[in-house]
Amino acid sequence: MDMSRRQFLRGAAGAVAAAAAPVAEASAPFAPREPKQLPPKAIGMLYDSTQCIGCKACVAACKDANGKPVEQPQHLAQWNESTWDTAMDISGKTLNVIRVYQNGTMAEKDREKDGYAFVKRHCLHCVDPSCISVCPVSAMQKNPTTGIVTHNPDACIGCRYCVYGCPFNVPQYQFDEPFGRIAKCQLCHHLLKDNPLFAKSDGASVPAGTSATELWKKSRIPACCDVCPTGASLFGWVEELQAEAKRRLALKPGEMYEFPRGLLGGDRPSQTAPVGHYQPHIYGEKESGGTQVRYLTGVPHEKLGLPKLPDHSFAAVSEGMQHTLYKGMIAPVVLLGGLVVLARRNARDDEGQKNDEERKNDEERPS
Amino acid sequence: MTAITHRPLGGHLVTKPFLILGLFVLIAAYFILRRFLFGMGDVSNMSNGYPIGTWVVLDVVIGTAFGCGGFAMALLIYIFNRKVYHPLMRPALLGGVFGYTLAGLAVMIDLGRYWNAFNLLLPWYAQPNSVIFEVALCVMAYITVLWLEFCPAFLERMSPEIRQRFRLDRLQAFLKRYMYVLIALGVLLPTMHQSSLGSVLLILGYKLSPLWNTIWLPLLYLISALTMGYGVVMMEATLVQRTFKTPSEAALFARLARVVAGLLIGYLALRWGDLLYRGHLGLAFAGDWDGNLFLIETALFLAPIFVLLSRRRASQRWQFLAAISLLAGGSLYRLNSYLMAVQPGNGWTYFPSAPELMITIGVVCLEIMLYLLFIKTLPILHGSTTESHGRPS
Repeated sequence: MDMSRRQFLRGAAGAVAAAAAPVAEASAPFAPREPKQLPPKAIGMLYDSTQCIGCKACVAACKDANGKPVEQPQHLAQWNESTWDTAMDISGKTLNVIRVYQNGTMAEKDREKDGYAFVKRHCLHCVDPSCISVCPVSAMQKNPTTGIVTHNPDACIGCRYCVYGCPFNVPQYQFDEPFGRIAKCQLCHHLLKDNPLFAKSDGASVPAGTSATELWKKSRIPACCDVCPTGASLFGWVEELQAEAKRRLALKPGEMYEFPRGLLGGDRPSQTAPVGHYQPHIYGEKESGGTQVRYLTGVPHEKLGLPKLPDHSFAAVSEGMQHTLYKGMIAPVVLLGGLVVLARRNARDDEGQKNDEERKNDEERPS
Repeated sequence: MTAITHRPLGGHLVTKPFLILGLFVLIAAYFILRRFLFGMGDVSNMSNGYPIGTWVVLDVVIGTAFGCGGFAMALLIYIFNRKVYHPLMRPALLGGVFGYTLAGLAVMIDLGRYWNAFNLLLPWYAQPNSVIFEVALCVMAYITVLWLEFCPAFLERMSPEIRQRFRLDRLQAFLKRYMYVLIALGVLLPTMHQSSLGSVLLILGYKLSPLWNTIWLPLLYLISALTMGYGVVMMEATLVQRTFKTPSEAALFARLARVVAGLLIGYLALRWGDLLYRGHLGLAFAGDWDGNLFLIETALFLAPIFVLLSRRRASQRWQFLAAISLLAGGSLYRLNSYLMAVQPGNGWTYFPSAPELMITIGVVCLEIMLYLLFIKTLPILHGSTTESHGRPS
């Protein structure tokens, strides 16, 4: 009995030490993974909700550019075959959508109470994307130069953890298809690829000092920004879009301002309009570690389905945990070593003489 | 009586319960066919707000916890050297074999692009930062280990001539010699992926209530896997004993009771302590959906602690009830943290459709059918020779 207890304690101590190692390591210096930085030539969008008139030209243009079908309720589909798009939200068939916030009498645009406001929903191209972090087969990729988050259906196994993990609920699986894919906005990267800047991934072919305008003239820009009549959706370099957003916040509401259209720094005629009553916050600057799409809104962003998020990405927390537990696979290997030693000794006991405890048990059995 | 003897139970295979289970499997097969022909939306209520439904949460997240009997018992028997529990090892292992294999089947039904599933094994697609990647590889490895660990039961059943003809004796000897490596892997791999099933949820951030979302998720999931493992062994043993009139293991479980109670106390202490430390304890008593779910979970864990620490732990009936309660608590914990306490916003709601549930139920029924088939035809259960029956209880 004594012998077995000692053995037990020894085994227990060893196993507990081995099992506790990763746990202790996790608890003591657990830290989220280092935040990721904005890529060097990050491109993105500035969406100004106060300038949006809800015409949905961007939704139609997006479907055209990305070959997506229209969405209709069943009864409409029979009556009017596929000429009328009534997408309610982004989905497996809709990568970009305009939604409306409505309150009370809806008397005034961009007012929280008794007002309404538009919001555009699509991928925000996070600086530190959760979808990339959770994807087990590297189907989600972030372009190291432009920062566009793309999806590769040939790699994708359809586990839908990108859908589950995205803080903005952006990736959409096509549940109604037998061979469904994940659909998400990829910032029209297929249109951008003619641009000499992105013809090569390192951008080396672009001579220094070339202006954005010159570069973009030779290619197309994302369809939604291309067709936006008011410049509410504006395409450009993230750093310049951020500066533009700050400029707008500094203006006095009601003052007339020349809103650039299509491409920030481009040569299209601008739209002169009064400055909106902005919420003093550039959504997407810090949210979830920063995104490459920035929002200026007239009503609080929570009302527009843009969730309140911490300054770090949840991917940094999740990966911090994985890196703590599995750094260099040291903890699992050490644990396995301890387990093999104990299992070997204890399994050998099994065949040879049994320990006292077992014998005692046998004696108790009336046989 | 030096070695532990296992014997097939024998008896009729095709019984009435077996046929009823088979009917459910057929119904599930019909809906599985529809899922592959017409897409997941045809049979399931999953949506892009709730892209993870009952197939993953019930069949995989909870199903593998029910399959942790082998893991939990191996830890006790071979790592902590408690040989007395050896008779419980093989049935527990069998539960693990089916719990995990059928979780793998459920995953194949659930994967939206299942024909690409092989990409998980291709190094150029590997994504080691992904928790799901770790879970997937680890579970695949563990299913292999489980079947290898279980191999001797097949080999023992074969006639010596067949064994000789196919040189299976050598395989048997090899497995016996290196079984300790398999045992060690059989403890390591569930430690890794069961804790990772908790880490998976860290990505949810604000979508998961702080009552569940904590950096301790991996450890809480690991403890819950162990307690559910012991719970399953207790439940299975009681059911098998009552149904087939095999020798009672109640005396063994009375000893195991303290281990389980200790683990449950540790689990609750960590959970409540962490909530207190983070200042979210108030949410537990908010009286809302999340708070009440949390309190129900706690009650389901507290009940078995009291039973297993009292004198009642000697009674098979109370052991069974305690096991049921802790299994319900563990299942609810997993269901809540993956689904019921998750709020994706945007007005999304989820309740599984009937066909979706029928697939989940069918998978479980198949599991029970295979379990019955195996214990009747293979040497799994312990001591069916009469002289070893009369253990004092």
